[in-house]
Amino acid sequence: MKNFLEVENLSVSFGVRGGLLLRQVGTIQAVNNVSFSVAKGEAVGVVGESGCGKSTLARLILRLIEPSSGRVVLNDTDILTLSKQELRAQRRHMQMVFQDPFSVMDPRYTIFESLSEPFKIRQIKHTADERLAKVNALLEMVDLSPMHGHSYPHQLSGGQKQRADIARALALSPEFLILDEPTAALDVSVQAQVINLLADLRKQLNLTFLFISHDLSLVSYFCDRVIVMYLGRIMEIVSAEDVGARPHHPYTKALTDNIFSTVPNKESQIPILEGEVPSPFNLPSGCVFASRCNKVQTLCREQSPVLTATPEGGEVACHYPLS
Amino acid sequence: MTFLKITDLAVEFTVNKKTVKPISGVSFEMKSGEVLGVVGETGSGKSLTAQAIMGLTPLVGGRVSGSIQFGDHDLLTLSNDQMQSIRGAEISYIPQNPMTSLDPVFRVGDQIIEGIRKHHKISKKQAKEQTLEMMAKLRIPSPERVYMQYPHQLSGGLKQRIVIAIGLITDPKLLIADEPTTALDVTVQAQIMHLFKEQLIVKGISLLLITHDLGVVAQVCDKVAVMYAGNIVEYGDIDVIFSNPKHPYTQALLACIPSMGMEKGSLAAISGNVPNAGNYPLGCRFHPRCPHIKPQCKTEVPLMQDVSNGTWTACHKYE
Repeated sequence: MKNFLEVENLSVSFGVRGGLLLRQVGTIQAVNNVSFSVAKGEAVGVVGESGCGKSTLARLILRLIEPSSGRVVLNDTDILTLSKQELRAQRRHMQMVFQDPFSVMDPRYTIFESLSEPFKIRQIKHTADERLAKVNALLEMVDLSPMHGHSYPHQLSGGQKQRADIARALALSPEFLILDEPTAALDVSVQAQVINLLADLRKQLNLTFLFISHDLSLVSYFCDRVIVMYLGRIMEIVSAEDVGARPHHPYTKALTDNIFSTVPNKESQIPILEGEVPSPFNLPSGCVFASRCNKVQTLCREQSPVLTATPEGGEVACHYPLS
Repeated sequence: MTFLKITDLAVEFTVNKKTVKPISGVSFEMKSGEVLGVVGETGSGKSLTAQAIMGLTPLVGGRVSGSIQFGDHDLLTLSNDQMQSIRGAEISYIPQNPMTSLDPVFRVGDQIIEGIRKHHKISKKQAKEQTLEMMAKLRIPSPERVYMQYPHQLSGGLKQRIVIAIGLITDPKLLIADEPTTALDVTVQAQIMHLFKEQLIVKGISLLLITHDLGVVAQVCDKVAVMYAGNIVEYGDIDVIFSNPKHPYTQALLACIPSMGMEKGSLAAISGNVPNAGNYPLGCRFHPRCPHIKPQCKTEVPLMQDVSNGTWTACHKYE
């Protein structure tokens, strides 16, 4: 099957300025040589701890940040070679839902005005009635009532705001949606509402999702495949069923072990991952996870592992993968 | 002797000439050496309960009623000076956000010794030694160096350990920790909870753990109190409540957490939102979101009752 989204060797580094004269004092390799693909209609999760580059990856794919090198092909269009106008036209097919529903809507616009914006920007001509019908249909799609269109963002709860933002992202019927921690600011009961809504929309509209989150249980529940990132690199790509049962990378294993289950167990001995994440300014040579890995050997500190296929159809970047 | 017994605790504020009661009728007991988890969603009143015990409720128009029996004292009847000598020495508090609760202009070492110097008559040198020892116990790498650093130079996990050190350094009898690991990554959270547990057992400290994370509660606590909209709705032994929850809210809360290997499409959401303190519904505060609603739920407030050896639930279903 042909892939819907193809990401090849994508990298970006940022210069960091410091000192009195704000000279460049170092570079951070935020995303390093990342390659993966997503099939049409698939939901792929990206997990990792803070600072692993997952949000940067999302922004690179939508070209909100220019990458240093690599290729992003969405639906046969090479995103990175598009001109400004072409990119604007392309953006209606790819949208993003952001983490913080409290800051994403203009506080001085009603929800109706915010949801009308995408049509205005695309210069889609509507009569007032058509516009109203269009926005109301969007609100209904995310289980809000037309009444909510008259509200300002501060009058809505966190969950309602996140629904409104999902409606905003869906306004121009995109095929591809990037969700950047869409439920991180919500309570668990409301998180479940939003997750169920997204699952319904995915089926109804045949959407393709890239779902970014730090919550591995949530990602493995919602997605078909999971990409595990650490310090800007992909450690493992694994199916959602296998991530808990058969992880191949010691880091994936540590992440799954460190989830606190709600089954009470006071005597539980959590296998602790010692050490802190190395500073991204000063990455170790060899495997970036070597400093915290309990299976580390000499080779790991010398040579950086590359992604190789696993028997289950995933990929893992480890010299000594778990079987 | 009672260790900690809270009876009918309520906090009242006057906002725009209207009286708002964010928490009311909160009663629970803790034995010495016990770990009690207080769980609930945002706005359920768990942090306010902690602040009321510490005598730290926001003072503007805030009134606390009920009783908080700690050892021989009712904390609510103590003067400010008397409270000052208990706070920090016998009851310590680990605030919610280590990123903002450390003072940015003081070295972290000085912030840790402030507490011991205030409550124990010891020299600065001894205090420093104790501090370095505590930092080493919490596995802070090169304590001597970190001691001299400022909060902005430390990672989130290290800052959290500094705040925990401040809480533990005076050897309190009771420690109240408000979401101590919420801002941290899972691997760091596991590290910190592990160290935390270790120190509590070594020192025999009782812990009141406030969190919205049911996973943390399940792995750390002996007992749990589930809060919803300013009331405790279920209280009892963690093993009993988490394996066989009685209150519809506890049941729903446990069902809406995704877990590894869970079947797709089986996540149960709770409809609606947590109500604000100004508009708590009449009767049972959970009734607009409850799947088992009965007519009396809309008018009568359910009382806590013993439903199965030592598990207390406030629900009309069990009357």
